[in-house]
Amino acid sequence: MNSGFKEILILDIRQNLRSKWFWVYSLMFGGFVAVMFAMGITESQIIGFVGLSRLMVTFMQVSMVILPIYVLISTVRSVVGDRESNVMEYVLSLPISFSGYFWGKFISKFITVFVPVFIALLGAAIWGTITNIDVPWDLFALYGALLASMIFCFLGISMFISAVAHSQDLAVSSAFIIWLLLVAFLDLILMGIMLKFRFNPEMVIGLGMLNPLQVFRTAVLVLFDPKLTVMGAASYYILDTVSRGVFIIFAISYPIILGLVFGVFGNRNFNRKDII
Amino acid sequence: MIKINGLSKTFKKQEVIKNLTINFNEGEKIALIGQNGAGKTTLIRCILGQYIFEGKMEVLDMNPRKDRGSILQDVGFVPQTPPPLKMTVGELLKFFNKLTNTPEKEFINLAHSMGLTIEDNLSKPFFKLSGGMKQKLLIAFALGRQPKILLLDEPSANLDPQAREILFDLLQNFRKDSLMILSSHRMNEIKSLVNRVVEMDLGNIVVDKTVIPEIVSSI
Repeated sequence: MNSGFKEILILDIRQNLRSKWFWVYSLMFGGFVAVMFAMGITESQIIGFVGLSRLMVTFMQVSMVILPIYVLISTVRSVVGDRESNVMEYVLSLPISFSGYFWGKFISKFITVFVPVFIALLGAAIWGTITNIDVPWDLFALYGALLASMIFCFLGISMFISAVAHSQDLAVSSAFIIWLLLVAFLDLILMGIMLKFRFNPEMVIGLGMLNPLQVFRTAVLVLFDPKLTVMGAASYYILDTVSRGVFIIFAISYPIILGLVFGVFGNRNFNRKDII
Repeated sequence: MIKINGLSKTFKKQEVIKNLTINFNEGEKIALIGQNGAGKTTLIRCILGQYIFEGKMEVLDMNPRKDRGSILQDVGFVPQTPPPLKMTVGELLKFFNKLTNTPEKEFINLAHSMGLTIEDNLSKPFFKLSGGMKQKLLIAFALGRQPKILLLDEPSANLDPQAREILFDLLQNFRKDSLMILSSHRMNEIKSLVNRVVEMDLGNIVVDKTVIPEIVSSI
């Protein structure tokens, strides 16, 4: 039997493409790459990064700031918003399974968030090739995977909140608090905890590795020589302790697993209660 | 077609439907009436598998929650308030066509009979249509599928008198072996249409009478 997954997926992608948010978001990332080229960022050399790798690292750092909060705020309303506006009452009076509806929305959002950032990154690589700048393809592949992994992770968290929240306001507030917590538990607070409570470094590293933002931040620099001033204390510690190969596998798979776990629990909750 | 035995539904300790037992059968055109808060919409949502409830219910001999997908292939529904769908009318047509395997032409013809030219509005988002146009489209989608069960929650609320008349005409001529449940506040309007009247009050059934369409007005 048709679960309605494909129909919801196609419909939701079309709806996302029509929204102003999507175009502002796409232009922002595309424009950012263009501005970096125009400003000659590939020709400058600061703390060891040069050429397109410098542009890509900067792009990833900007993505780390923008993507999680964009994904959270733009997705967290999807299920609870449909519930409040009676869209869900009507759409789910049609032969669409609850899971088809939930995962259709999930995957459509993943595609519409990931594709613009990936195209921006790919555009930078293509422009680099055309203008004879060395393109670090290993870095390109790693960054593509890291972006996909982080987006999936935050989508899972958002869809979970959206499925369990009773109102859009509550969903947005929860998403914002989670983002703040994850940002706060980057280097600064981690190191503070370590010094204040005299925890052993392994424990602090363990805490850091639970934070998908910290994992992303560290993984962005994993292919470069570890320098404390560039990486921040937590990343430096992590890369000094764990082998690079293992860390790359972890940095890509952990956020995906985390997103999937949240997604599965969100879907389970959605399937087991009143939908309106 | 719908067998309900001891159905109860509670929201935050408030029992909205109380131990309801009733059957709805093939060929019945039922007026489901009652004041706001009587439990009419809750009952419809239970039938659609959207609420978890206590007690037993079978829709087309299946469980409305576990077998939602199969049941809803045979159920047409018109909500009380048209939802603010962002998709265009054209997308909505394709969406219904894919999900219900009903040719788009069926929906288009039904909309035409209610005075709505779908072809002129294909690129318009559904939520930007007027209230009456939305309602006509939703009715066309529900009836065009020729479902075995038709659930209509105040279907004529946004319609002008002429469209209302056409709707009742369409409902009167709808497949005779179907079950139709019409929730309405305006009994006078649907009196010529129904052959059974079920009145709900505070979650209970207070009136359940089989009637001859012409003499419903006396109830």
